[in-house]
Amino acid sequence: MAHHKAHEHTQVTLHHEPKSFWTRYIFSQDAKIIGIQYLITALLMGFVGMALSWLMRLQLGFPGKTFPWLGKLMPGGFPEGTMSQDFYLALITMHGTIMVFFFITAALVGGFSNFLIPLQIGARDMAFPFVNMLSYWVYLLSCLVLIASFLVPGGPAGAGWTMYPPLSAVKEALPGSVWGATLWLLAMALFIVSTTMGSLNYITTVLNLRTQGMTMGRLPLTVWALFVTAILGLLSFPVLFAAAVMLLLDRHLGTSFFLPTLVVGDKLLPHEGGNPLLWQHLFWFLAHPEVYIAILPAMGITSEVLATHARKPIFGYKAMVASMSAIAFLSFIVWGHHMFVSGMNPWLGTAFMTTTLLIAVPSAIKTFNWLATLWGANIRLTTAMLFAIGFVSTFVTGGLTGIFLGNPPIDIQLHDTYFVVAHFHFVMGTSAVLGLFAGIYHWFPKMFGRMMNERLGKWHFWLTFIGVYCVFFPMHYLGFLGVPRRYYAFDLFEFVPPSVGSINLFITIAAFAVGFAQLLFAVNFVWSLFKGPKADRNPWKATTLEWQAPSPPPHGNWEGEPPIVHRWAYEYSVPGAPDDFIPQTVPVAPLPQRDGGDGRKGDEGGR
Amino acid sequence: MRNRKGNVEGILLPLLLLLLVLIAAITVAGRIWWLPPLASEHGKAIDTLFTVTLAITGTVFILVQLLLAWFVFRYRGKEGGRAIFYPENVRLELAWTLIPAAIMTTLIVFGGRLWSRIQLTEPPAGAFVVEVWGQQFKWAIRYPGKDGKFGRVDLRLVSPENPLGIDTKDPASKDDIFFPAGEGELHVPVHKPVIVYLRSKDVLHSFFLPHFRVKQDAVPGMVTRTWFVPTRKGTFEIVCAELCGSGHFTMRGVMVVEEEKAVQEWLAQQPKVADLLE
Repeated sequence: MAHHKAHEHTQVTLHHEPKSFWTRYIFSQDAKIIGIQYLITALLMGFVGMALSWLMRLQLGFPGKTFPWLGKLMPGGFPEGTMSQDFYLALITMHGTIMVFFFITAALVGGFSNFLIPLQIGARDMAFPFVNMLSYWVYLLSCLVLIASFLVPGGPAGAGWTMYPPLSAVKEALPGSVWGATLWLLAMALFIVSTTMGSLNYITTVLNLRTQGMTMGRLPLTVWALFVTAILGLLSFPVLFAAAVMLLLDRHLGTSFFLPTLVVGDKLLPHEGGNPLLWQHLFWFLAHPEVYIAILPAMGITSEVLATHARKPIFGYKAMVASMSAIAFLSFIVWGHHMFVSGMNPWLGTAFMTTTLLIAVPSAIKTFNWLATLWGANIRLTTAMLFAIGFVSTFVTGGLTGIFLGNPPIDIQLHDTYFVVAHFHFVMGTSAVLGLFAGIYHWFPKMFGRMMNERLGKWHFWLTFIGVYCVFFPMHYLGFLGVPRRYYAFDLFEFVPPSVGSINLFITIAAFAVGFAQLLFAVNFVWSLFKGPKADRNPWKATTLEWQAPSPPPHGNWEGEPPIVHRWAYEYSVPGAPDDFIPQTVPVAPLPQRDGGDGRKGDEGGR
Repeated sequence: MRNRKGNVEGILLPLLLLLLVLIAAITVAGRIWWLPPLASEHGKAIDTLFTVTLAITGTVFILVQLLLAWFVFRYRGKEGGRAIFYPENVRLELAWTLIPAAIMTTLIVFGGRLWSRIQLTEPPAGAFVVEVWGQQFKWAIRYPGKDGKFGRVDLRLVSPENPLGIDTKDPASKDDIFFPAGEGELHVPVHKPVIVYLRSKDVLHSFFLPHFRVKQDAVPGMVTRTWFVPTRKGTFEIVCAELCGSGHFTMRGVMVVEEEKAVQEWLAQQPKVADLLE
């Protein structure tokens, strides 16, 4: 057991010496604290990413308008108060990069893997606590490097979050490719170092540190999701690391991995023989699994929150695990669907279409299993539950549009239009974030020992849920019209009808409303941290192990010996049982049958 | 307390989902915002596949969102209520595995056949051939001339007079007709296959004809190809659909579709490489 002597605390007290504060909360090796560090850092990055999206929406909603105060605030981005075209590209690039990697991935994978895996499997900590601490600090460093790119000559990277060369490789092609791209690549390389250390830890911990009785078949779906995610991350992220190093070499040491002979402006560049498509293959070999790295943990959280607050076992547990594994496997062989019109051999298009559309099958299984979980339930519509239901709704909306884009003839028309923007914002942006919020509202009491304010939480939900539909649903129609993405303005094209301006204005207003709702969340989070009512061990009456520990759990998680598991993770509303939940630690028979039950469900449940 | 509160959410959320379904159904069925009016032969099949996919996904969308709404409303918590214990049903799960699998297989078959018709089959002989070049942030155009062959190009030969780097020593280049980036329009014949070869001098671009259901990236160092049969005469826009830099949003071109005779007459009036570069 990786129990280190440096921390002899058996319980958390609010009084401690400054020295202890540093080792406990800053350079902590306790997975729970690391998870919270990840979560809070990622949420702050999320706010940065959202602020960037506001600026983008300002330009799209009020094209060319002058904002003198923004000119004073950001003279580089808003010369004379009007946003520069290069700054717009920096915004889309940094918004995408931050949201996908530094917010969603960091919060869901870094935050929840660390907080939940040891607690839900009955371990005292991660397998490698020091590596775990390193993983967070490298992540923090990667955030700082990325943010620093706002300060370098030429501004941040502007070639889009996909960083396709030659645009990202050649400083003559774009101001953001002077220094911004270098920092982007360095930040990404560091981020990958961090996730790799994390993934190794999560996989090892799940495989080796499960407590007595915690078979793989009794794991909560959160742990399954985080475990599968870690495998995906471990196998796919290093490919982007290699690609990032190659692109850095192309940029600074004169290699030509991705660069053929080029004339940029009037200048012949000293490259030859490279192929820009190579980057696209390497990038999407990571970045498609990355979509599932973002969404699988949210799926796990949703499964857990739905079951708990519906007071029903998750429907089709085995199918849920199988479909997650199928999604993970297929996600490695679908990357080419981002490249149907890239110039890749069209025969490959046929192959990638087949694998891509097949991934709809496990996704459908999960959706219908969530629905079936709600059927016949006794739903408690807590804030966490509302967000989990919101996840199902937006995941379906976003997932279905994938069927258009996965079909190459249709993709010819819709590729790189706002239809794609709508699709991925629903399926991996919005739904992942709704899943994240479900997780935060659900586990906040365990993390901090206090309840969040439900009234504020519900306002947060309503504004967010209505808002994201208002923001992203109309983008489908922009895509129908053929409106291309990554455009600073649309006024030069006649095929773009005037109503696009009105739609964009509407979206901008909705985006600000959603942003306002996130401020409610921030207020709620900070207020509840200090003033929220004290949480007891198991405020939601849930079955899984973490709810048997004190809120918040002490260093080492368990007060005495680690718990022993006797049951499946989802024994809700078991017939004959006195309560509508049976914790995993309750022995199967005959102990829980206080009112004379015969334990007929016990064995069946204890799979 | 939870019970009374739960009632508000248990009614509001289903109503919102209902509203979503209604707005989506009305706006899509009313075709308020729709694909640009079609102007190519193969585009018809793409639009059909699009509409069929829309019908299938739309049905699932309505079904799932309404079920979600109904379950939230119907099973919202009651004081002292109890959920049923219903952890699995293999038949049910088999049904919602096999039905989506069958639908997906159908879409794969139809999509694959159409894709092979558009991308894997050679365009008919005697097609009209043209080359389009992307460069920040304009389109350049080259026609092969009477011999139907493009002369060799080499970016190392690029100069202000010879922006495409055409090798004038190659005999095939003599009758080539070229328009430097931003100059000249793309003229193509109606009702005749048009092959567009795509090149780029600097970064990635994408040759997008919204009315023709045509999109193909232009990749430096490669020659990519797309082909289509225009079905309508008129002037259409060429759009750049791959981020290519600061002026990406200004990268507009014009394509004129007219009778073949008019195209040939227009071409005959244009200066050739032999006239311009020697």
